[in-house]
Amino acid sequence: MTATKAPTERPAKQGAVRRPGDRIFAGSAKGSGIFILVVLAGVAAFLISEAIPALTAPAEDIPGGEGLASYIGPLVLGTLLAAVIALVVATPLAVGIALFVTYYAPRRIAAALGYVIDLLAAIPSVVYGFWGLAVMAPALVPFHEWAAEHLSWLPFFAGPTSASGRTMLTVGLVLGVMILPIISAIAREVFSQAPALHREAALALGATRWEMIRMAVLPYGKSGVIAGAMLGLGRALGETMAVAIILSGGAGATVNLISSSNPSTIASNIALRFPEATGVGVNTLIASGLVLFVITLAVNMLARWIVNRRADFSGAN
Amino acid sequence: MSTATRSASGTSAPQDTVRVERRLSRSATVGLYLAGIALGAGLSALTGFAVTSTVVYGVILGTLAVYVTSRAVEGRRKATDRLVTCLVTTAFGIAMVPLVSLVWTVLSKGLARLDGDFFGMSMFRIVGEGGGAYHAILGTVIITLLATAISVPIGLLTAIYLVEYGTGRLKRGITFFVDVMTGIPSIVAGLFAFALFTLLFGNDFRAGVMGAVALSVLMIPVVVRSCEEVLKLVPNELREASYALGVPKWRTVVKVVLPTAIAGLGTGVTLAIARVVGETAPLLITVGLITGTNLNPFDGRMATLPVFAFYQLTQPGTATQAFLDRAWTAALVLIILVMALNVVARLISRFFAPKTGR
Repeated sequence: MTATKAPTERPAKQGAVRRPGDRIFAGSAKGSGIFILVVLAGVAAFLISEAIPALTAPAEDIPGGEGLASYIGPLVLGTLLAAVIALVVATPLAVGIALFVTYYAPRRIAAALGYVIDLLAAIPSVVYGFWGLAVMAPALVPFHEWAAEHLSWLPFFAGPTSASGRTMLTVGLVLGVMILPIISAIAREVFSQAPALHREAALALGATRWEMIRMAVLPYGKSGVIAGAMLGLGRALGETMAVAIILSGGAGATVNLISSSNPSTIASNIALRFPEATGVGVNTLIASGLVLFVITLAVNMLARWIVNRRADFSGAN
Repeated sequence: MSTATRSASGTSAPQDTVRVERRLSRSATVGLYLAGIALGAGLSALTGFAVTSTVVYGVILGTLAVYVTSRAVEGRRKATDRLVTCLVTTAFGIAMVPLVSLVWTVLSKGLARLDGDFFGMSMFRIVGEGGGAYHAILGTVIITLLATAISVPIGLLTAIYLVEYGTGRLKRGITFFVDVMTGIPSIVAGLFAFALFTLLFGNDFRAGVMGAVALSVLMIPVVVRSCEEVLKLVPNELREASYALGVPKWRTVVKVVLPTAIAGLGTGVTLAIARVVGETAPLLITVGLITGTNLNPFDGRMATLPVFAFYQLTQPGTATQAFLDRAWTAALVLIILVMALNVVARLISRFFAPKTGR
């Protein structure tokens, strides 16, 4: 009697048996999850605490002698310029590559081709810097001269051209190559998830392959491409070594892409100045890092929000 | 037969006739494209022959030739389709150019110093030729292993929490912020480690562990994401069978779920290591560089391969060529290292995959 009653009563009161092992394991798993959130908050907190001396320091103590805003301002401009060039170059290419791998390449080698594109993502950024300096910059010098001759009415190509090719334009193109695999990986994934019924229906109605893609695949993958582009943008904004090696940065705030006096980017400025910085100089660089952190965080959160919104509606999972 | 009947009433309604479907054969398309490229070569020869302009002119003219012919023969819709095919293939070709060029450049410049000295000597008291990256390679291995030792337990436990325990807001919050963390710029991770250790140990503290912490910030989200995906793939039936035998949940996770997923976990961790092993910026501002060998990650600066490569390239001494050679060889070793890790990751997933029996 008691033997049958006890088991039915106990679970009703306190659920399944909780062993110490269970509690320790669940607790440590949960603890690690919370720890990650703490680390992210810690990144922000430590950067802020180390940046405060620069925020409160008198303007003439800041490197450059004109205050924090005029020190960081040109760097923000340079960062945005390089990232936007990279994005403009990489996004259409990445979409084309994704379409090629998912719908145009022969089925048997498509996976291998995708893997080859992913190899671009595996190459360390410092090696991209080497390559950009040794190959890309000299190769682009003729284009610089051509642009200065024919496109000088645009403020971006006002000239005078840099003889070495180590300009914002070169940096933007190298960054474009670097973010190409990121955008194309995400675009490939969403394109391949486009509903087979829609695709087959389009083909059955007599659509050509391109019309099928335009009507069934692109509308479905649009938000995925946008999110991928924003993730690529986040990566390009924070890219350090390639920019630090290639760009011969001056200090001027200019949108002229082909001259030798480009503004540097936040990340590369930190990498180049930090090892020798002292006193308030360190705090100033950390403050600029904080600005970079906030920009990339905003871009990434927006991108993730778009991805997640799409996941809720697509019904693919 | 149908044409005969139609020709009878043909004069009254000529637009009714069924248009004969004219198509370009595959060989015709390829031939047109090649003709375009040949024309491009000719055009390039007019302005002083160069490979670049040949390819550029050739691709444009080849695409145009296919489009125009197809438009004349097959109609507008088919022509657009062929145009897009050409453009998409070209996009893939363009992406191949930097990859091939990069690998070729690094190989041709890096092979010069890929010798025993490079792996057996440090830069201690070397100002000109000779010397190597012995100290930097060891430094990279030590710091990366330390970062792995920090990241894997935290990342794996978090993934277990997300898959096995997590519910509601906390789970969604962690998933979202782990994704956001993936996008933290590496230099910011370096600044974080610098700020953390500066507050704890004072301004002049430098040690390999700072770099390891910075790399962990970059590595943890990658480990979490890949482990989470793998753990989700473990079939629920296995867990339920284990519970039905009265096994506690934590033993189910440790003895059933993790062994089933071990191949994927190994792959994920290896790819995460490959992701951080080439990171330069955070190590540049935390660990710095020395010329001698320091194997203690808790005291003093250390040399690492990416930072070594960077300084050899940007701050060559009087014997410039020797420094450049060492820089390129370091870059080559770095690429080989990353590629080897990628291959190992694939081998792990192949050889340790669970035997499903299906």
